[in-house]
Amino acid sequence: MSLKIIVLAKQVPDTRNVGPDAMTAEGTVNRAALPAVFNPEDLNALEQALRLKDANPGSTITMLTMGLPKATDVLREGVYRGADEGILISDRPLGGADTLATSYTLAQAIKKVGDFDIILCGRQAIDGDTAQVGPQVAEKLGLTQITYTEEILSIDKENKKIVAKRHIDGGVETVEGPLPIVVTVNGSAAPCRTRNVKRVWANKNRQFKTWGAADIDADPAQIGKAGSPTNVKAVKSIVFKAKENKTLTSSDADIESLIVELMESNTIG
Amino acid sequence: MANSYTDVPEIKFHMDHPLMKHIVELKERNFADYGKYDYACKDYEDALDNYDKLLEIAGDVNANIIAQNAESVDEEGPHCENGRIRYAAKTYENLDATIKAGLNGITMPRRYGGLNVPMTVYSAINEIVSEGDAGFQNIWSLQDCIVTLYEFGDEDQRQRFIPRVCAGETMSMDLTEPDAGSDLQSVTLKATYSEKDKCWYLNGVKRFITNGDSDIHLVLARSVEGTKDGRGLSMFIYDKRNGGVDVRRIENKLGIHGSPTCELVYKNAKAELCGSERLGLIKYVMALMNGARLGIAAQSTGLQQAAYEEALAYAKDRKQFGKEIINFPAVYDMIATIKAKLDAGRSLLYMTSRFVDVYKALDDISKERKLTDEERDEFKKYSKLADAFTPLAKGMNSEFANQSCYDAIQIHGGSGFMLEYKCQRIYRDARITSIYEGTTQLQTVAAIRYVTNGFYQNVLRDFESCPVSEGYESYANRLKDMADKLAFCTDKAKQPGDQDFLDLCSRKLYEMAAYPIMGHLLLQDAQKAPELFQKSLNVFINYSESEVEKHFNYIRHLDVAQLDSYRQ
Repeated sequence: MSLKIIVLAKQVPDTRNVGPDAMTAEGTVNRAALPAVFNPEDLNALEQALRLKDANPGSTITMLTMGLPKATDVLREGVYRGADEGILISDRPLGGADTLATSYTLAQAIKKVGDFDIILCGRQAIDGDTAQVGPQVAEKLGLTQITYTEEILSIDKENKKIVAKRHIDGGVETVEGPLPIVVTVNGSAAPCRTRNVKRVWANKNRQFKTWGAADIDADPAQIGKAGSPTNVKAVKSIVFKAKENKTLTSSDADIESLIVELMESNTIG
Repeated sequence: MANSYTDVPEIKFHMDHPLMKHIVELKERNFADYGKYDYACKDYEDALDNYDKLLEIAGDVNANIIAQNAESVDEEGPHCENGRIRYAAKTYENLDATIKAGLNGITMPRRYGGLNVPMTVYSAINEIVSEGDAGFQNIWSLQDCIVTLYEFGDEDQRQRFIPRVCAGETMSMDLTEPDAGSDLQSVTLKATYSEKDKCWYLNGVKRFITNGDSDIHLVLARSVEGTKDGRGLSMFIYDKRNGGVDVRRIENKLGIHGSPTCELVYKNAKAELCGSERLGLIKYVMALMNGARLGIAAQSTGLQQAAYEEALAYAKDRKQFGKEIINFPAVYDMIATIKAKLDAGRSLLYMTSRFVDVYKALDDISKERKLTDEERDEFKKYSKLADAFTPLAKGMNSEFANQSCYDAIQIHGGSGFMLEYKCQRIYRDARITSIYEGTTQLQTVAAIRYVTNGFYQNVLRDFESCPVSEGYESYANRLKDMADKLAFCTDKAKQPGDQDFLDLCSRKLYEMAAYPIMGHLLLQDAQKAPELFQKSLNVFINYSESEVEKHFNYIRHLDVAQLDSYRQ
């Protein structure tokens, strides 16, 4: 039983090294100032894909990434570790996309790839931390989604069923879903295997396919800046410090007053 | 992320040597595989780039998986259950990682699924893995036994066994027995040929077999009934899939806990002959052992690297009397000496590996076509160099590993004696290196003829004829002085014509040859990369000079009449 697997991956600035020049004046990430890395949870997703491939001979993994030409590093890294194909989605009009425009673009690219059984991606990227792209891709493609996945326990292509273990507060739950499906993978899932020597040697000079907006029949109004309602004003490194403290009892009155206070300050609600 | 290759630029330095170009051309048969295999290299630069990438992967797997698992593997160790071995849990993780990374069949030709990489690069991986866990290195590096099967097995055997090893199956060499340790001529495991079944059956016991429950075994057994010496021994291949060999027990060892050392019972174990009968010990096991000795030289180098890293990190961190202890001469003397021995020993390891590479590549070519006269001369030259340098690389590096791991504990003070610190594990792991695959005393036996016949002295004189850059003349002069002392002591030891007297001097003569050879190698390295080796050159020449002087004084005052004072 061979599977057609798509892995969505993102090249992200290494946010472990955020400095004052991390943002551009326009409020987007200054990629030049930060080293670019393979988004960590996308590597967890790739490992789940590779395990499916190991267990189901003949399966293929196609990686999709949207970004600058340099983002092919992510595709190459994926191929080094066991992916079969990599496609870069890159075009000037695609730049400045928020999660909505990104998920639209990825969904259009997935439609162009066509045949697939499962789409895997990391829960979220370390630059935005939104965890929105995977679920939005699922919505745009009209597919079921399993989020926060730690392990794919079984997959049955014939009966179009998948069983996965997902992380929830205080534990895990096992869920079943239909195929095709979008699965977002948590950082607590198995780490990705290392590169494979033969694959590295065979693919070190490989060229990857690039698709532009026209190749994926993208609606210009839904891509890039034009398709992005989000505006980031600024990104700051904030250190939380308590200014004052208040002792509350477990009485209903105290709890109610806390809730009111938090709602008034827009912390919740 | 830590990487045991890219974090140690000294290793990379040794991968790019003038002799490497020749080795790669021989090994790649002028890049004939390019176009046939998608992972084959197209030229020398491409090959070097491939080796670099391979070593980077090995460095990643070692630093982030093998080294991280080492303490847990050491603590748990393997288990013997119903005649089979179950490794420590984390050993399986290590094996899985090395297999997925493709770190198997490293030196084997591509037509069997191998990487076709020179021994020099293989030695580097060996070193890297040993830095993380010398016990795991045992299991992993026994894949090297396949070289012997490749060299002496027939084509059918090559096709059946080599791809399996390239895919990650493990190997062992079943040589020693309860009454045949260093003296392998006494092996008694019996091989009987069955005319009916058209195969050999093995019966008997083997002891101290590293990774004895491996998938594919090379077994030394007595196939000629009535014989008592090495000429009745042959080499066999035992495939675990056929059954017939059980593990009776595993040893409880001081170190390398992750590596199971097994006592094996052969009960009508079906086996096949590898090569010709009667050449088992004389030819094949000798080849096997030489490969294994180079492996232990690399293992010892990795352990020295680990000792250096542990000692340095602790000395930088630990404060006493108001400052980090690395600032005290008594401490930095020890660390500088560890590093100097490491750099010198490593240079010897890679020089030896290159010698092995040249003669093995030519030997392999000779199976395809007749060598030219020039090639035949080259083969002879390099096989002799490899034969002379292997016991030096193994003996000196394993002794250095022991000394440096001892000093690493010393630098830790009382904490080093506690089991919480890594330095105690590497100290225990290092202890075996000067014992197995031939003790240092046996390395001396293998090397001493190259002292007495003047071979090492000729090597030293060749080194002396190399041009030296400005500012390095004094090192060359001091090395020449050491060589002169070796010449004096060699004559002194030979002069009485008494074998016992020569044997009594031999260990010291062996070291007197090894120190200036390593000194010359380091001198060459420091001229090419002073930023990496200048400090070590200074320290090593000081150290070597005092060691040579010590041995010189010892032999100078020794005479045959004193033998009785030594005899027990």
